[in-house]
Amino acid sequence: MMRIEIVKRPQHSVLFSALSPFIALFLTLIAGAILFSVLGKNPISALYSYFIEPLTEVWSIHELLVKAAPLILIAVGLSVCFLSNNWNIGAEGQFIAGGIAGSILPVVFPDFQGWYVLPIMLLLGMAGGMAYATIPAFLKVRFNTNEILTSLMLVYVAQLFLDWLVRGPWRNPQGYNFPETVQFSDSAILPAIWPDSGRAHWGFALAIIAAVVVWFMLSRTLNGFEIKVLGRSSRAGRFAGFSAGRLTFFAFLVSGALAGLAGIAEVSGAVGQLRTSISPGYGFTAIIVAFLGRLNPLGIIAAGLVLALSYLGGEAAQISLGISEKSARIFQGIILFFVLASDSLIYYRIRIVSRLSETALKGA
Amino acid sequence: MTGTITKDGSEIPLLEAEKLTKIFGTLKACDGIDLKIGAGEIHALLGENGAGKSTLVKMLFGALQPTSGDIAWKGERFTVTSPAMGRSLGIGMVFQHFSLFDALTAAENIALSLDEKSPLDTIAARAREIGQTYGLPVDPDALVGDLSVGERQRIEIIRCLLQNPDLIILDEPTSVLTPQEADLLFVTLERLRSEGKSILYISHRLEEVRRLCDRATVLRHGKVVGQCDPRTQTAASLARMMVGNDIHVIERLPAEWTDRIPLIEVNGLSQRPRGPFSVALHDISLSITGGEILGIAGVAGNGQGELFEAISGEVLQERPQVVRIRGTDAGRIGISARRTLGAAFVPEERLGHGAVPDMSLTNNLLLSRHSTDRKMFLTGGVLKLVSESSLASAAKRIVVQMDVRKSAENPDASALSGGNLQKFLIGRELDRNPSVIVVNQPTWGVDAGAAALIRQALVDLARSGSAVIVISQDLDELFEISDRIAAMVHGRLSESVPIEAMTMERVGLMMGGADATAGAA
Repeated sequence: MMRIEIVKRPQHSVLFSALSPFIALFLTLIAGAILFSVLGKNPISALYSYFIEPLTEVWSIHELLVKAAPLILIAVGLSVCFLSNNWNIGAEGQFIAGGIAGSILPVVFPDFQGWYVLPIMLLLGMAGGMAYATIPAFLKVRFNTNEILTSLMLVYVAQLFLDWLVRGPWRNPQGYNFPETVQFSDSAILPAIWPDSGRAHWGFALAIIAAVVVWFMLSRTLNGFEIKVLGRSSRAGRFAGFSAGRLTFFAFLVSGALAGLAGIAEVSGAVGQLRTSISPGYGFTAIIVAFLGRLNPLGIIAAGLVLALSYLGGEAAQISLGISEKSARIFQGIILFFVLASDSLIYYRIRIVSRLSETALKGA
Repeated sequence: MTGTITKDGSEIPLLEAEKLTKIFGTLKACDGIDLKIGAGEIHALLGENGAGKSTLVKMLFGALQPTSGDIAWKGERFTVTSPAMGRSLGIGMVFQHFSLFDALTAAENIALSLDEKSPLDTIAARAREIGQTYGLPVDPDALVGDLSVGERQRIEIIRCLLQNPDLIILDEPTSVLTPQEADLLFVTLERLRSEGKSILYISHRLEEVRRLCDRATVLRHGKVVGQCDPRTQTAASLARMMVGNDIHVIERLPAEWTDRIPLIEVNGLSQRPRGPFSVALHDISLSITGGEILGIAGVAGNGQGELFEAISGEVLQERPQVVRIRGTDAGRIGISARRTLGAAFVPEERLGHGAVPDMSLTNNLLLSRHSTDRKMFLTGGVLKLVSESSLASAAKRIVVQMDVRKSAENPDASALSGGNLQKFLIGRELDRNPSVIVVNQPTWGVDAGAAALIRQALVDLARSGSAVIVISQDLDELFEISDRIAAMVHGRLSESVPIEAMTMERVGLMMGGADATAGAA
């Protein structure tokens, strides 16, 4: 009888740790090629239209930045959570909460206008995401509830609440019964960075700023040290005098704020109104971005661009190949699978144990 | 029974290992070891941590396969491929860490390990019989969870004896026993020897080896460095063989009582168990002045870890005056604030409690010093930027001071050997001259050289005017450095007894829970 064991390696290779995201991407391309062949498409041209074509035109590079902005913002916040051992899976819900809270001004008080509207909207968006992220943090600290479950379930609450809001009280009275709010006034629109060439908005700049600030915090400050210590060993963290409960709140508040900011930036910069659905799963895809970026905010910028490309590729593949754009989700899943697999195999090796050596181990 | 005599009159040893070698990667854990165990002898296997004792024993027992070399059993060459085969040959082993299920009775635990299936009643009867014959009283129907460590060890030994082995391997059997329990064990072992059974006795306690064993094999760095009759040796000469040079003798000047103001006090500390494996604390009080070392003896699991966490502030008390540090009520403030009052703490578990395994030494230095040495290690005001350069120079100072041997400039904590990491962790605290230091198991799993250095450093700190609490299972250590010794049992702390009035026997009684306050100061 055979048994498969996973054994920790005494030493892990530094070279392969650095290469791991690239190995994962390479394996994803191979898996994608196989997938396309099975679907009866030419894998080379399919991969080309998926991953290269979107980069050949200026307007689609703008689209890339539009999609990358929320991914990077959310994933940067998630890196703080994941490094400190807080498994916030509900960024999608915090994104929506931020989008709703930030839209209060332009939807409820459309006559309130001026340069100060946009900053207030962004702050309200962050506050909304923070407030929504406080719920799983509080439940975890106070009742030791599993934050994976609570934060995930709150995503569905937020989605349905947005749906109700947009179909009900916030629906545009002049909107021919479409489930949409009013169009935001100009002072409530996050402007484009280079309005002449495309619609990439300042949300991308905010994402870069957030990534650099969080990177600095993680790598240079005592706060970042605290996050890493408590994430690796809660007991050593307690010995250091750090409070795990306080850090849980901090991590959820930071990631909630950034997800909320991403939400309002998306609504105000890319959509211009609230609809029943404002996210093609950014909050979940950002989990992949965070891991592909090795939980390092600077790596997350690159990873965010890669995953944004998968969204564009999905749309391109739908047009030129007739494949559902949902194939982007498959690619994203495959990337996460290979990222986690290569990371695991760097730290662990697989051993097949035969019956004979198994009995030898029993008494040891 | 004596050894088989061959035609030419020489005796065939029960077990003979020749040139046994075991290589793990680049490490030669055992390097050409020759070992001969005669019938009816108690053979000591001596050596420091990491000398290769466990590896050697696992090869004899079949749990590991040698890279090269031969094992002969009763004159015949064998390859012992598994512990089951070792058992069927007649080799029994009692491990240092017991493998018993708390929720089962003694008899059920024994039944689990037997190769053949017998009814539980039969097993219980045989266990009782063996227990009576060899002075190992155990109730086979008792739940293991309710038994003391000494009783659990008896179950392990009975389980081993049920297989009727010719050779019994005991791995550090007395490390979990009080001196009185150890005496009982020695009676049993002598009885087994008189019946012609052989015992391979692994220990680093030299006095008991001298008292009990007929022959000793000494290992160092995976090689045999000496074979002798321990009864003709002194503890010092055995130690020299183990370590390779003379062990530093702790210098202990008599304590000078400059002032008698207590630097750390615990007043009536009681605490409910914090989880299923936690021990409750009952009305613990102690008070230590500057210049003094209080040793706290006790068998593992009697509340020492809980006491440490209560004093360190990892667990807070209900009332502030329960813990007082330098005259300030500290029961409601956390570990950082207690450190700022001048206290320092070194926990038992090095990796994962005192240090983060996959963090560098400088980061691990920051771990316990970020609040007390803010000005030195943190810059940038409220931003609290970590100053890598001042951390590096402080780490260097500690490394030199405590003679920490490391392979890289700033390695991860887990890359250091146990002894070197412990020297660093003690040095981390001593570096800031604490007024109070509480150390749990300061030299657990540490080689003799490092242990002597650590003990001397603690004594020196006390003599410079600090109050020191040492929680330890190693009685020799406590007698070497303490001014007073108290014992913990079932979450209670006995009165402390001045070292001049303390004897091994008395501390043993205290560890067993007997009232030793009579005559105590």
